Amino acid sequence: MADYRKMWEELGMDLETHDQLCAVLPQAFGDVFLSQKNRPEGMDYYNMVVADIHGIRPAELIEHQKKGGKVFGTFCVYVPDEIVFAADAIATGLCGGSQFWVPGGEKVLPTNTCPLIKASVGARLDRTCPFFRIADMYVGETTCDGKKKAWEILGEDVAVHIMNLPQMKRAKDIKAWAEEIEAFKKVVEEFTGNEITAEKLAESIKLINEKRKALKRLYDLRKNENLPISGCDALVISQIAFYDDPGRFTKMTNALCDELDQRVKDQVSVVPAGTKRILLTGTPLAIPNWKLHNIVETSGGAVVCEEMCTGTRYFENLVDETKTEVPDQIQALAERYMNINCACFTPNTGRIDDILRLAKEYKVDGIIDVNLKFCNLYDTEGYLVERALKEAGIPVLGIETDYTDSDAQQLRTRVSAFIEMLNN
Amino acid sequence: MDYVGIDIGSTASKVVARGKKEIEFVLPTGWSSKETTQIIKERLLEDGVDVLAEDTKVVATGYGRVAVDFADYVITEITCHARGGREMAGENCSIIDVGGQDTKVILVEDGMVQDFLMNDKCSAGTGKFLEIMANRLGVTLQELFDMADAGTVLPISSLCTVFAESEVINYIGEGRKREDIAAGVVDSVAAKVAQLSQKKVLSGRVILTGGLSGSRYFTKILSDKVGREVESTEGGRYAGALGASLLAEEKSR
Repeated sequence: MADYRKMWEELGMDLETHDQLCAVLPQAFGDVFLSQKNRPEGMDYYNMVVADIHGIRPAELIEHQKKGGKVFGTFCVYVPDEIVFAADAIATGLCGGSQFWVPGGEKVLPTNTCPLIKASVGARLDRTCPFFRIADMYVGETTCDGKKKAWEILGEDVAVHIMNLPQMKRAKDIKAWAEEIEAFKKVVEEFTGNEITAEKLAESIKLINEKRKALKRLYDLRKNENLPISGCDALVISQIAFYDDPGRFTKMTNALCDELDQRVKDQVSVVPAGTKRILLTGTPLAIPNWKLHNIVETSGGAVVCEEMCTGTRYFENLVDETKTEVPDQIQALAERYMNINCACFTPNTGRIDDILRLAKEYKVDGIIDVNLKFCNLYDTEGYLVERALKEAGIPVLGIETDYTDSDAQQLRTRVSAFIEMLNN
Repeated sequence: MDYVGIDIGSTASKVVARGKKEIEFVLPTGWSSKETTQIIKERLLEDGVDVLAEDTKVVATGYGRVAVDFADYVITEITCHARGGREMAGENCSIIDVGGQDTKVILVEDGMVQDFLMNDKCSAGTGKFLEIMANRLGVTLQELFDMADAGTVLPISSLCTVFAESEVINYIGEGRKREDIAAGVVDSVAAKVAQLSQKKVLSGRVILTGGLSGSRYFTKILSDKVGREVESTEGGRYAGALGASLLAEEKSR
């Protein structure tokens, strides 16, 4: 590992506290990932990215800034990266997925706030994550009450632009979202000093679509009876997609998929035949939250799909690439993004349709509905989701958890019992 | 052959052996599941069952199941309770298990687990809650039930053991009758257990297993809350261990 201390120091980070995080991450990564058998060789790239998670990519972002470029930090799959990249800026995901940052967030947020928000606010205020230091502007959205208020707190420390996401999906809501994207475009143009032309936007739409296609290709490979890649590995790839350079990520993921194609031809599987195929649905699993995947995959199951923001919600549906005028392109963006089914919408029956469709496509044996503690939206929607699954005859296990490890044994009992039930 | 089921719970460890010998016993889990496991091994040997012998099959279950290093199979308490409950109440039944740290609702259909639910991390609505409250009132669990039977329910939060304990302390401070506080405590646990079980559609006979399964008073209160008869069971605390020993036999066939 290269020495990034100077860079972290220049970012104004709290090095002493950050060292504690650096000390535990390799162990955690090793326990979950490197202990897996028969991993694809193409995972080496992602291993490296995670191993130097606070080094390699942050250094690239700083290089970009030195050349006058801007970096936008985002927290949600509804925020259109295309606008950012069209202005020769870089978008990077900022969601916090570690308990390490939670106490920092709790200094200013109520305890009964979801761990994702607490970790994100804590990472900024405690100065323990380079990405949170580097981003010139944060782009928030109105997907839940906790986030809306968190932006106000973060806004005192860093520039924040907030996109007002509609909560219904009528024609006028899609129009409203197009207007929000238009407003965001102006903000980005002003902040970067770069004009977003139709040509630039067409380029970035293609760039991000290619990333979506690579992820779709990876996920499609998980539909095979012979599972060529573990759920843990697929999850970490999904997580890395949020902050890696999109062009390079697409290239590396396609290269991995070439290897996986060969595995499928050779009928190579990372799990024994008959291993129960599990789909996870629910709240996002921000890096480095690998807890549930690890439990499932060390309890006799295999995670074959995630109907999550860190999963299918991120890459399904492409933006129409045929538009040549900026207003039409923005409309195309609005339509694609409003196709994502998040529990912040009412009604949100599209998500249930998605889960039922994915269950079929990925030939799943059971579904685990995961809720991050204090996420009221997904928790409440869980009632409807679990009922629909039951009606469809798909076994479902509801789980609520946070970033701590204190419930790991209890979760293991539930997950093991669920898999025993599926095996009977 | 001997088929041994060992259920290492958070509070009590239960052992059932079937086959050449018919044995059942219970002992406190104490602070070390490993040590408890050793005691169980020696006690079984005294009774003529050698867990290490070729013709002895052992299934370990319960929260300390991984500590049983001589187990042939390790199976979760959900599956074992379902197997044991099925033996007690038939192929189609519902099991409510109030354990030391977990409360579970298990639906059994055609002899198989069809669905289950466990309480979250919080200990409200578990045996631990009753244990803490009995300690606070300076009585045993049985005395708590007896007192409760003679009392009138004082409302106690069913949401959190820590909050509930302060409520009990308040009542003690106010000089309320111990019987009424005890009635409130039992009522609160039953309400929480009922709330959990109502998230699932109970069918067939509904039985109570776990450490409280022998208490007719508790099943009476619980039946009221659930809105249907919850049967107390003879030997219900052994449901998990019995299921484990039955599974030991079925698995080794």
